[in-house]
Amino acid sequence: MFFGQEFFWNALLAGLFAGVSCSLVGAFVVTMHLSFLGVCIAHAAFAGALMGVWLGFDPLAGALCYSLAASALVGPLSDRGELSPDASIGIIFSLTIGLAFLFLGLAPGSHTEALSLFWGNILTVSRSDLLLLGGVSAAIVIGMVLFNKEIHATACHRPVATAVGIPATLVFYGMLFATGVTIAVSLRAIGGLLIYCLVINPAASAMQITYRFNRMLAISAFFGAGACWAGLLASYVWDLPAGATIVVVSSLVFAVCTALSPKKKGMSWKRADSAG
Amino acid sequence: MWTGSLRRLSDGAAAMDDLPVDIRDATVVRNGRCVLRRVTLGVRRGEFVGVIGPNGAGKTTLLMAINGMASLSCGAIRTLGVALPSYLPHRLRRRIGYVAQVERIDPRLPMTVRETVGLGAAGRLGFFRRPSRSDRQKIADALEQTGIAHLAECPIGQLSGGEYQRTAIARVLVQTPDLFLFDEPAASIDPRAQQDILCLIQDIHRATNATTLYVTHDLGTLPEECTRLVLMKDGAIWREGVREAMLQPALLDNLYTTSCANNRGCEPEG
Repeated sequence: MFFGQEFFWNALLAGLFAGVSCSLVGAFVVTMHLSFLGVCIAHAAFAGALMGVWLGFDPLAGALCYSLAASALVGPLSDRGELSPDASIGIIFSLTIGLAFLFLGLAPGSHTEALSLFWGNILTVSRSDLLLLGGVSAAIVIGMVLFNKEIHATACHRPVATAVGIPATLVFYGMLFATGVTIAVSLRAIGGLLIYCLVINPAASAMQITYRFNRMLAISAFFGAGACWAGLLASYVWDLPAGATIVVVSSLVFAVCTALSPKKKGMSWKRADSAG
Repeated sequence: MWTGSLRRLSDGAAAMDDLPVDIRDATVVRNGRCVLRRVTLGVRRGEFVGVIGPNGAGKTTLLMAINGMASLSCGAIRTLGVALPSYLPHRLRRRIGYVAQVERIDPRLPMTVRETVGLGAAGRLGFFRRPSRSDRQKIADALEQTGIAHLAECPIGQLSGGEYQRTAIARVLVQTPDLFLFDEPAASIDPRAQQDILCLIQDIHRATNATTLYVTHDLGTLPEECTRLVLMKDGAIWREGVREAMLQPALLDNLYTTSCANNRGCEPEG
């Protein structure tokens, strides 16, 4: 049975770490209405990893460089007001997806490693990958606790946060950096085409059922880790690609939360709050 | 020589103490357009100054420049003794209570009225520190004082315009600032709520005697406490003086007459 195998426990831990860290940064991204940012950084990480495959260095290093570069570009571009956040994210997204396919075309050999970055393979996560994922996940949780009031204020109302003396721009860029790192280290397990679903879906689901930011963080992390484990189980039972089943499960969770959301029209905030 | 330097330093310190807002020849250029044009203005400690003028006169930009949120192309601003631009502008903003116009907020936003009011304490506390019991009491008192205690657990995105402005005023009360900046706080809300907001602002000034700048384009929402008025037009100060002298019909007619003659790009100097 798989339960006695090391790779199975590695996969469970990778699912937990990736699910928690992606959904926590996702809560910030979704609250700030920057959902497409997750898509953009994921594709940047994917392009960087493919460049690593093409040039023969560690894809993780390429993913980290590209996702951080995308994070560092998006914030200042949208802040300077010359482009709307949507436009700046869209331009960087189109560049990174173009680069990804360019590097895929240039990569030598059978493209097996490159294609595995498309879909990810949580069952082949190595111990070093797991340690890195665990470290980043722990750092995200600790950061969310230590800087909770600053992150909450910046995510919900950045202009007011700035006006009361919170260094909101620093917090915003810090969270973009954290998003970039989280996506890059989760890439190998979840896959470049699917990881942004794990950033957006659990947080968007949690936002449907509570008005409390800290509850939203906790529910989002629970949904993220839960989707990873349920997806792994479905993958094992029906012999399907794990990344795809994780995303399908997280999308189903979103559909259920939206259907049952107490925030639907006609419901008062008192009822919604007691539900959330 | 020493005596002269000390005297100049001493004079400077006295000036800072007397003038929490000291603006000299400030110019702000945005996207090639001069939105604030060589503005010079001093506001004395405890003074309640009204800034009036038509839309696009540069009133909001003036407040943003005082708050360190708009970059100067030339000129100088000292706010609460701090020369702008400052390397740590957030430290200055902790001492400034800024209330902006009503704005649309996502009704699903995960933030309650109590949490929004608590932001007033969050900036002052800085990193790693949580609100103390006295901070929580101060938040509860501010909610009571502004008449929104019953809405404390309501999501911020589900308030009416008047309730939202009361929340913003409660937030700056918790902040206990040295300088209040009100940017059209009574705009876009119904007349009854406007009067309530004006009463609150006047009560706060009487109680704290804090230096206050109040911006509006609507003379009907000008608080009685305003003893001095600054009239702005085309990004520049057009007139300033005591309230009675500035509220002359002929002056106001002229002020609110649309003038595009000066509303073109300007070359920032030196």
